[in-house]
Amino acid sequence: MIKTAFLLAKKDLYSELKTKQVLTTMIIFAGLVILVFSFAFDPANNTTKAVIPGVIWVIVVFSGILGLNRSFLSEQRNDTMQGLLIAPMDASSIYLGKFLANFTMMLVVELVSIPFLFLLFDFKIIGSIPYFILIMFIGSFGFISIGTFLAALAANSKSSEMLLPLLLFPVTSPILIGVVQATRIILTNMEKFSSALAWIQLVSAYDVIFFVLCFLLIEYVLEV
Amino acid sequence: MSMNLEREKATLPLSESADAKSPILPKILLGITIVLILTAIYLTFMYADIEKTMGVVQKIFYFHVGSAATAFTAFFVTFIFSILYLVKRKRIFDTYASVSAEIGLIFTTLVLTTGPIWAKSAWNTWWVWEPRLTTTLILWFIYMAYMMIRQMDGVWDKKARLCAVFGIIGFTDVPIVFFAIRWWQTKFHPIVFGNGVSQKGGGIADNMLVALIVSIFALLSLYTYLLNRGVEFENMKIKVDQYKEKLREDLEN
Repeated sequence: MIKTAFLLAKKDLYSELKTKQVLTTMIIFAGLVILVFSFAFDPANNTTKAVIPGVIWVIVVFSGILGLNRSFLSEQRNDTMQGLLIAPMDASSIYLGKFLANFTMMLVVELVSIPFLFLLFDFKIIGSIPYFILIMFIGSFGFISIGTFLAALAANSKSSEMLLPLLLFPVTSPILIGVVQATRIILTNMEKFSSALAWIQLVSAYDVIFFVLCFLLIEYVLEV
Repeated sequence: MSMNLEREKATLPLSESADAKSPILPKILLGITIVLILTAIYLTFMYADIEKTMGVVQKIFYFHVGSAATAFTAFFVTFIFSILYLVKRKRIFDTYASVSAEIGLIFTTLVLTTGPIWAKSAWNTWWVWEPRLTTTLILWFIYMAYMMIRQMDGVWDKKARLCAVFGIIGFTDVPIVFFAIRWWQTKFHPIVFGNGVSQKGGGIADNMLVALIVSIFALLSLYTYLLNRGVEFENMKIKVDQYKEKLREDLEN
């Protein structure tokens, strides 16, 4: 199962490397979000520093949605989804493969856009960077795992681009609350580190619960 | 697609037995609902004391809490029937899940309208980003999304499958949402709810508790009645579709 999942992820990433369609769009979109935020919150103002943790996750969520939308729709053009379903592998390995591909792309987008955000808003990190990376990792993990699942679900609809955000945002709200709080504490106020740790635990618990749940339920979503 | 459409037409005769027993149950349910609701109204407005600090406005509390309890019950029923559908694959389970979610959504809307009306006079603000309120709002959005999946185009069994999956995901999410928001907003929690709900829960006025319990049961029986009627209605719709399909076939041949 793992092998086929990696194969599928490799296929997705390889075709992405050839076209560079989704990744470029995601990164440019992330840049545009930063631009819009610079209009909304004056970068010269000191209070703007307080919204940076939120902005990071707005970037992740909005550019993530773009990638998630494409991940299953791209399989529809030549009806390759049918091919994947008929191929001798579990539905869960399709899910795992798609998840790995989306997760990798999400990480690349974060790797490019977040340093840019810090640079453009002149944000000085006074907390710990390893913990920040950990939070980005588990937050994106949870967001992309449930996002891939719901993208598979929404792909059955003709208007899946509109449907996916409606499904995804309410369901991921615990993650977003958790990671925004944790990011804020870690980046600006290390004294309350213990509560950041509690948030990390909450988000990890969410990740585990929903990853397992998605794994169990994906068979019903990806039925021929 | 056309192959899938074919599956919708099934033979009709199975439903005879349902017709025989159906007229009596809804009538009983309707009777119980009417009696309970009238009792609840009497208990609310005549029997229960008028709350000291909030006055008459507090009367909305009985229907507010009753609707909230009913909504949660409805979503729990959707959750159970979603699992049952995925296991058994019978259409009736899907019908129950969908009707229950629909009624639950209506009751959640009721909670979200009565809540601010009460809050405006009790806390002097329409809305507070407080755990219970925020969770209810997110709940409303989740089941709105559920309804959007329902509205999707396609064959019924695909929609039923996806809805069942989302019904399970959505319901599992609710406790986590509540937990996360409670952590997020701990500082508001005691202040907001100290003067309202928890006091009565603690048993300050017995007659208020009685009124509350009766109104919860009244709304629950209303829910049961609506569920019964809704399922009946859906079944009729399915039957009409089958007749249409049969007619179409007859015309073609």
